[in-house]
Amino acid sequence: MSDSSAPPSSAAKPGASGSRAVLEAPDIHRALTRIAHEILERTKGADDVVLLGIPTRGATLARRLGDRIEQFEGRKVPIGSIDITMYRDDLRRGPVRPLGPTELPPDGIDGRVVVLVDDVLYSGRTVRAALDALNDLGRPTAVQLATLVDRGHRELPIRADYVGKNLPTAKSEKVKVYLQEIDGRDAVLLMKGDAK
Amino acid sequence: MKRHLISAGDLAKDDALLILDTAEEMARVSERSIKKLPTLRGRTVVNLFFEDSTRTRISFEAAAKRLSADVINFSAKGSSVSKGESLKDTALTLEAMGADAVVIRHSASGAPHRLANWVRGSVLNAGDGTHEHPTQALLDAFSMRRRLGNLDGRNVTIVGDVLHSRVARSNVLLLHTLGAQVTLVAPPTLLPVSVGTWPCEVSYDLDAVLPKSDVVMMLRVQKERMNAAYFPSEREYSRRYGLDRDRFAKMPDDAIVMHPGPMNRGMEIAAEVADSARSTIVEQVANGVTIRMAVLYLLLGGETA
Repeated sequence: MSDSSAPPSSAAKPGASGSRAVLEAPDIHRALTRIAHEILERTKGADDVVLLGIPTRGATLARRLGDRIEQFEGRKVPIGSIDITMYRDDLRRGPVRPLGPTELPPDGIDGRVVVLVDDVLYSGRTVRAALDALNDLGRPTAVQLATLVDRGHRELPIRADYVGKNLPTAKSEKVKVYLQEIDGRDAVLLMKGDAK
Repeated sequence: MKRHLISAGDLAKDDALLILDTAEEMARVSERSIKKLPTLRGRTVVNLFFEDSTRTRISFEAAAKRLSADVINFSAKGSSVSKGESLKDTALTLEAMGADAVVIRHSASGAPHRLANWVRGSVLNAGDGTHEHPTQALLDAFSMRRRLGNLDGRNVTIVGDVLHSRVARSNVLLLHTLGAQVTLVAPPTLLPVSVGTWPCEVSYDLDAVLPKSDVVMMLRVQKERMNAAYFPSEREYSRRYGLDRDRFAKMPDDAIVMHPGPMNRGMEIAAEVADSARSTIVEQVANGVTIRMAVLYLLLGGETA
């Protein structure tokens, strides 16, 4: 969720000074395919699984994972999105944030295994907020976490169950995820922090 | 967005759409079993009501509580106001209590505007005299959008006591911003002198306007504000400007009927029209909580200025 909302700018192009692509489109494709298989394996066929993406890019990734699971198993997995804006712990820092959509599958999440999907796992605060939001929405039997990139620097005792790529970063660096559906291309860029 | 919500005219189109879109998400909260969000924890909202109100006060209170804000209700009856305390001194008391937002309803037009200069928190106008009632206009626009989709190019007809109606003025301003065409229909005596400067059309013939209306909003005849004879008799008013079954039949099949409440059944609106499936009157109350949650979130959800 963090560090991923800006549109591609000239500085974000691969090869431009200060940023490099750590994942290209085929890498993202393979990572998601592997995560889909891992979810199937860990949950023994994903019978009770509900995929909940954290808007914006987590929701897109959740849909992609759902499509893959459907390809592999020939069965639809319920997909939804869960907006965490109103559960953030930093609302009072910065201007008011627009809300994203929260859309639960019709059968809800009670008694299901919820897999939260986000693009970048960083401090863990987004996931903490998502867990609080889940608490108000129902009572899943278990909650797991899938993330395309884990960049480290956790500030809370939270870890991912499924990781696309572990990416060692400095805190000053920025990770940007671009997805075809939103940004017109697939890529994960690591950008050097401002040399101030 | 500005820090206060005093007039519907202060809202740019983007602001208004942001409020309506935010309300769309808030509506989902009202549908779930735990109707509460932690968003405004530790914030204090004061409901300052110098005039009687049922739905607006309860609606603001419910909205603030669903966002976990602390709510202090203040009504003029039984307070120091009845001992002669001025609005400014009341405001300073609230200021000392650390109110993050003050929701004010007052019989004097302009009271919220004055209050905004005296307190540090956000001021929300919940109706001032015959001036404005912006959250009512927002919830009306929200109700219309949910029933009709886009408001752009829609024809909205507002009928009745425009002169005493803060709802009418706020609706004209907001609906104009949102791209709707508004027509006011009223006896000449119940239109304000300045109506020529409002961004809307005026007609005296309800039957001519009804067939091309997507929305017909009936206003309450505000007897408590009528200090002169504005129309010959209630019966004649009802015959010429009331929405009865025959007039209802002249409206397009998908047009909706609205009323800000409280209604005078049989006067400006017939009971069977008010209770029909195309009436949004009950929805408007539910949407009131939703829209006020959106407004409170957008005014108080960020860093304090």
